[in-house]
Parts: sequence; structure tokens; C-alpha cells
Amino acid sequence: MRLSEHTYRTLSTVAGPLLFVENVFSARIGEAVIVNTPDGRELEAEVLEIDGNTVMVEVYGSTQGLDIERTSVVFTDAIKKVPLSSDIIGRIFNGSFVPKDGIPMFIPEKWKPITGAPMNPSARARPEDFIETGFSTIDGLNTLVRGQKLPVFSASGLPSKEVVGSILKNARLADSAKRFIVVFAALGLTFHEYSHYLKVLEEMKTGFVAFVNMADEPVMERILAPRFALTVAEYLAFEKGMDILVIITDMTNYCDALREISTAREELPGRRGYPGYMYSDLASLYERAGRVYGLEGSVTMLPVLTMPEDDITHPIPDLTGYITEGQIVLSRELNQKGIFPPIDVLPSLSRLMQKGIGEGRTRADHRKVSNHLYKYYAKGRDLRRLEAIVGRDGMTKADILMLDFADAFEKDFVGQGMARRTVFETLDAGLDLMKKFSLEVK
Amino acid sequence: MSGMSGKIQGISGPTVMVDLKGLKLYERVYVGNAMLTGEVVRIEQDRTVIQIYEDTRGLAVGEPVKGVGMPLTVRLGPGLLGGMFDGLQRPLERLKADMGPFITGGKEIYALDYMRRWEFTPLMKKGDTPSFGTIIGSVDEGAFKHYIMCGAEAGRTVARVVNGSDISLNEPLGEFEDGQEIPGCHEWPVRLARPYRRKFAPAEPLVTGQRSIDFLFPLARGGTAIIPGGFGTGKTILEQSVAKFADVDIVVYVGCGERGNEMADMIAEFGELQDPWSKRPLRERTVLVVNTSNMPVAAREASIYTAVTMAEYYRDMGYHVLFLADSLSRWAEALREISASLEEMPGEEGYPTYLASRLSGFMERAGVVETMNGKIGSLSMLLSVSPPGGDFTEPVTQACLRTTGVFLMLDTSLAHGRHFPAINWFQSYSLYGKDAAEHYHQKVDPDWAKLLQRCRQILQEEETLREVAEIVGAEGLQDTDRLLMHVAERLRNEVLQQNAYSEDAFSPPDKTIGMVKLILGFYDRAIELLKQGTNLDEVLKGR
Repeated sequence: MRLSEHTYRTLSTVAGPLLFVENVFSARIGEAVIVNTPDGRELEAEVLEIDGNTVMVEVYGSTQGLDIERTSVVFTDAIKKVPLSSDIIGRIFNGSFVPKDGIPMFIPEKWKPITGAPMNPSARARPEDFIETGFSTIDGLNTLVRGQKLPVFSASGLPSKEVVGSILKNARLADSAKRFIVVFAALGLTFHEYSHYLKVLEEMKTGFVAFVNMADEPVMERILAPRFALTVAEYLAFEKGMDILVIITDMTNYCDALREISTAREELPGRRGYPGYMYSDLASLYERAGRVYGLEGSVTMLPVLTMPEDDITHPIPDLTGYITEGQIVLSRELNQKGIFPPIDVLPSLSRLMQKGIGEGRTRADHRKVSNHLYKYYAKGRDLRRLEAIVGRDGMTKADILMLDFADAFEKDFVGQGMARRTVFETLDAGLDLMKKFSLEVK
Repeated sequence: MSGMSGKIQGISGPTVMVDLKGLKLYERVYVGNAMLTGEVVRIEQDRTVIQIYEDTRGLAVGEPVKGVGMPLTVRLGPGLLGGMFDGLQRPLERLKADMGPFITGGKEIYALDYMRRWEFTPLMKKGDTPSFGTIIGSVDEGAFKHYIMCGAEAGRTVARVVNGSDISLNEPLGEFEDGQEIPGCHEWPVRLARPYRRKFAPAEPLVTGQRSIDFLFPLARGGTAIIPGGFGTGKTILEQSVAKFADVDIVVYVGCGERGNEMADMIAEFGELQDPWSKRPLRERTVLVVNTSNMPVAAREASIYTAVTMAEYYRDMGYHVLFLADSLSRWAEALREISASLEEMPGEEGYPTYLASRLSGFMERAGVVETMNGKIGSLSMLLSVSPPGGDFTEPVTQACLRTTGVFLMLDTSLAHGRHFPAINWFQSYSLYGKDAAEHYHQKVDPDWAKLLQRCRQILQEEETLREVAEIVGAEGLQDTDRLLMHVAERLRNEVLQQNAYSEDAFSPPDKTIGMVKLILGFYDRAIELLKQGTNLDEVLKGR
């Protein structure tokens, strides 16, 4: 046990982000390390592996310019912690927690480990409070509840930032006295996307905290930024009693960063080169959403990812879907039809919906309306395949009706544009649509 | 070798190298100042590799390591029912009372509450010589008689047994002649199957209350079943429905690397719902083992063994126990992570080559047995599998298929059409079908097997007709074919589908067969009417 900092100049190897330091006394796994470069820079790093008195250290920033002779390494005897304070609200940081908005750093009230601690499953409260997003496809058919993690599966070229932007602007709790604080983590963002989100955040009435890692900034920050964001979110939620909505975009960049770092560590690659522990790693982020029994606040998560090649079975959406409580899937086809938001309700799902809707939460007929809309639309969509083969003339009258319903559903119910609908307006729109086609709602 | 200590030499992720000699393979070890629990996984000439079950962050080289002299064990005794444990059998509720809502690190809390008082009824007297597994006496654990069985103390002669009231696990239940106390609970190594006298082939069906399972692909008491399915196909909901309604005495449910919110939901629900067979709260017959996906990976690997050992313990009392795990893939992934950190040669998709043998060894712990005390008990398994990308050719599904008795394949396209449970009726199978049909034939309905055969045929014919209809259009089909498609659709929508959130969530066998009869009865009448020349649309209207 040491209780002070130790400085070493015993580097034996520098390879990419990895340094090997010899003759280190009593290093800790996960210990925070500071690397002083020959040109006077200070880099943050972490102890990754220890073998006797040889220690492998991973550097967070760029390792360009490091050498063996003059680089020194300081072991701090502490694991990496996040500074926390209520003053963080309204601030923008980069992926290394350095203020990006030109205002000096706040004075921390307390520090907490960046990885957080797993929530005791018996301390979790069942998520069941409805969150209104303003989109009919989500509120009506794939309801979001407080404490849920519901990712958006997008694909390149689809308007995911507009969809997320409107959710940010429109999201409201059923209990309107409460306010959301949005914690926003941007990973590998282009300047174009960044300026769009920045505008949305500035227009929002509610408070926000942002961690921004741009596309040309260090890859290691993409691993850290979501963890900073979630540690801040947990602090504001469970110690300050606030309701927090965490938006992380884009998880595909996160996973690619994970793969890049895993390869640098010479780990055994799994599917498509992603590391075998990606499920556990993603879970260590996603599972931090939730509510605690007996406490006020909540952490709700809306991660955004881009499905490579529009492939939902790609490891990134696949592992995400296995951990999260459902998914909102954007569709290229709907987007090409000019429908906004282009949310395809068939592959979309909210696992926690059943508990968040009905009498006393939304409206008594919610479940019924949603089931019927879903059923009729699914039927209509299925018949489109048949129509492509036999043509409209070869179909029964009832089938043609379902086809027309599916078209109208997409145009009117899904395609609401930028307008915000309350959940009551959503349910009424659904009922009206089914009435128009004389479809029964038992 | 108890009480030996050494020092940490190296750390890599969840594995630690120590200089301690004389440890045995799979021995339990306490590591570091925080006393983290670990298990010996490899012994070399001058160092030993230890797998840590908790977060290793902050552990330093040079910290002490201590051997326990015992492998990883669970404590078996009254008070497990209604409990909720982590992968190392630490009671989560008392852990919460101790350290708040977040699990912050190494702390040993025994699974059993040693302060709780029990009413003990002896079933043994002075002068008896119990062997292993012999019943010493019983206490009432909720609605169950909890039989306390003789453990390692077997073969001694009883000198005294206490009788009656108010005894805690801290006090002995009596003494043997050589002064050895009779304990109320004992420890058992999790990786060692508990012994029994004889094993029988599974024959009796296990009623689950799920029509598509009970009717088409029945489970058996003492049998094994797997539910593979991509995400969103309803594995967890199906497992939980079976856990709620299955006709068994005791349910052991393992949330292995899955979602915390789902477990919270399940705990809340199990507190509210009743067991449809005994009308007692579900919680009273359930033991939960929870290791969510963000809890330490190595404990996830151990969690299924911890749970199955508790299941075997209740089986040994002569109960019918159902073991459910969600999901086995997360267990296999934990095995892969550990194997990778030990730098073992990987097999298919990075999984260790011993994946299949570990799996089959585990699944063989199911069965109907005559216990060491002569009772008949069973342990049945229902395990979900999460194949990446919904691809069933992956190693975990394939390894399971070699051992399992029932294969319930969940179909993504059925799930997208909101057909739940999304069990594919062409690909799934049950090896217990014949025995189950025989049983239902005698106990429920003499026509069971005949009706089942007919339903399968209708579903098969529908598939053929559907292909034709795709070419010629539904209008182009003959009336008899359109009628068959209508009947098949009703079978699919009314019999095979079951809404887990409605009253229909539980369907006993007589209701199931009643529904089938109703639809097939309509089919027979409709065929008659068609023969008499009635228009099909008229027939369908008049249903």
C-alpha cells in the first residue's frame, strides 16, 4: 500500500497508446496515471495490466512525440474519478472533461469513480411513468417510460439528428411540474452535426450538460465521454433528485473506438473484429439507466446508433438490442417516401410499454388502440408483397382495404412532420384513422 | 491447506496471478485488502492463476491472498425460498440494507439468515444412524415442508435431537454420540452435482400453461428445453410466463447477464401474483439468482451453478423443481471472456473448446431421480439462448441442440407480426411428445393425440397453400382451400398465440384442448356445409 504519488522514468516500450513501465512498486489495476511528455505535455492514462513489477499503461490522448528516455510517468495511487457539482448544468465539455464553452472549470462538490457501481437489482424500482416525446409512433405504439433505455437504430443518410432533436425539444413527463435535464454525449461528431445539436440545446428551455468529442479528436475520449456523462447523470438523478435524459450519439463510433483500442492491446477479436467482451462493455453503459426504489430521480437513456450497411444483425445493433429495453428503428423506405419521422413501427419495440400505459398513466384505451393499429398495419404491409406478385386486381376487397389503410397510416399517423402531438391527440388520430376505414376496434 | 496466505504478483482484467503454493484447483480464495472472492483456475510451478468474481479495479500488486481450503460453495438450509441472490449467493436485499442501492465491492454476507427462528420437527431419534441425505427433521418454510438432510456428518449415531420450537441456524439440532453437532444447514460445492440413488427417464409432461408448448412441444418433468431467439422475440417474457404458471413445486430462476429493469419488474410482479396451482404468492415458491449484465462477468459464469445447486437441494427433498436461466448465451460469453484472459487456445467464434462439454455436463444435472432418502424428485430445465444476429448456426445454440429434449425456436418474423409466443411450429421439436400425448390421452382427453396430429397437418397444408396463394391470389383458391386457410389462421391466432399480459396468460390443458376442439368442430361442420353447396362466405359469416 502506497499513499502518495510515485514518478518513474523506466519506460521500456511505447506502442500506439500503450506504454510499458518497469520496476513499478505496488501499482493498482485501473490506477490513474499521468504521463509527462518530453515536449512538456501532460497526458492522462490508466493502468491496464500488471505482471510483477512491469506495468502496462494505456494513454488517453495522442502518444505522438513520446520516447523512452525522457518521458516520465506518475502513478497517483487513485482510480479515475469524475468531478461533480450542481454547477455543471448548462456547461459544455470535451471528451476529456475540459470546458469547451470558454468558462472556467467549476469547483467540484465531490468526486466519484468513472465506471460507477452496478445497481443492486433488488434496489431497482420498476420503470412505469410515461414520458411524452411528441411522436405518435413512439408515444402511441412504442411508449417510452422513465428509467428506460431505448436506442434509436438509424442508418447513414437518415435524419436521426432531426428525430433526436425533436425528442429533446418535445419530451415531457406526464407530471408536467417536473423538468428534464438532458445529458448529452457526442462521440466522433462531425462539425455539421455538432452545430445542429448545439442549436437545439441552446433553444431548449430545460437545462443540459454536454460532452463533445469531435470526429478528429482522440479515440480514447469516445470511451470516456459516455462514462463521464453517465456518472454526472447518476449524480444529478440519485443525489439531486432530478429526472435525467441521457442522449449518446453515435454508439457506432463508440464501438469502433472500442475495436480500435482492443486491437492495439492485441486482444483476440470476436465477430467482425469487435472484442469478445463488447456485450459486457455496452451493458456497463446501458445498464446505468434506471430508477432506485425510494429515491426521486431517474436516468432514462436514448442512445443513437448507425447500422452499418443498414444491417440490424450487425454486432453493434444486435448487442445493443439484447441489452436495451426495445429499439426505435428508422426506415430508409419511409424516408424516401418523404415521411418524417421515418420510424418503422414493425421492427420497433418498447419492452416497458405495457407498464407505462392505460388508465391513470395515459388513457384507458391506449393498449387497445395500439394493438389494433399495429395489427392492421402489419397485415397491410404483409399484403404489399402479395400485391407486388398478383397485382391489385387479384386481391380481395378486404385485402385492398388493408393496403389502403397501411398507406394512410404511414402518411397521416407516422408522418406528422415537425408538429408535436400529445398522447391524446395520437390516440385520437389512430382511432379516427381506423374509423375512416371502418375497421373494428374491439 | 486452509489459512495459507501469499501475495498478488500480477493482475490482468478479472484474473490475478499469485505466488501462493499448495492451492487446489477450484479452491475458493480471498484476494486483496478488500477480500474479493476468487477461484483457482490454473496452477503452475511457481504461480497460481485466480479468477476474481468481483470488480478488480483498485487492486494492487503485493496485496495479500488467502486460501479457504474449500471450493466455491453455496449454503443450503431453510430460508432460501423467496430469496434473491447474486451469482455468489449473497442475499441482495440484505446487501442493499448494508451498502445502499449500488453494489460497491467485496463483502461477504451469508445467504441464510442465522437469526431467524424456526419450528423444528424431528424425524429421527436417539440411536439412529443417518447416512448422507437422510432426513433428520423438518421445518415449515412457507407452504413447504423443508426437510433438513444429513450432510457430511453421515454414518454417526445420534445421541440427542432437539424437538420443537424456536430454533435458529446458529444452534445445533442435536448431537451425535461422538460429540459432533447436527447442523441445520450445510455447504455444498457448486460445481459438483448432488448425489441421488437412481435416475429415471423423463416421462411425465410438465404443464406450463402455454398452449403452444403444452400442445405442440411439451416439456417433461426432469427434461431439458432451450428457447433460442434473436432480440425482441420474447424469450424473457416466455420464460417468466412459464416461471409463473408451471405445474411444479419450486422454481429457481437465474437472470444471467440480463437486464436489471426486467428483474425489478419480475420481482414486483412475483410479489403480486399467485401460483395458479397452490393459490399461494408466487414469491413463496421462487428462488431468484440475479447477475445482471453490468455485474462482474466471472460471477455470471458461476451464477448458473449456484442456482442449479439450490435447485438440486430442493429436488433432494422430493420436490418437483423447475430451473430457468435467461440467458445461457451470456453464461457462455462469460466463459469466453475468462478463457481469453487465461490465454487459452480459442475454438469456434472465440469460445473455448470445452464449451460443449461444460454445457452438456451442466444440462445433465436435470432429471427425475430417487433421492438419497428414497423420495422421488425432479429437476427440469428451461434455458434461453440469445444467438447473435438471430443466427442459429452459432456455437452455443448448436452445442445445446445436442443435449436438449425440447427446442422451442423463436421466430423473428412471427415476433414482428406480434405473434407471441413467437414459437415457430415447423422448426421446433420435442422429444417428449409421445410420452406427453400418452399422459394427456389418459388424464385430459382421449382425443389429444388425434387432434394434435390434425392441427399439425392443417398448419402444414396452410404453408403449401400460402405459396400457391402468393402466385394465384387468395381469390383464385378453391373454397375448401380457403376454408382450410381460415381454420389455420384461427388456430394460429387463437390457440398458438397467447397474450402474456391478459387473463389468457395461463391456459390449463383442458382449456387448451377445448379451444382446439371448438375450432376443429367448426371446421368439420363447415366442410359439411360446403359439401351441401353453401357458399363459403355464408359459412364464414355464420361461424
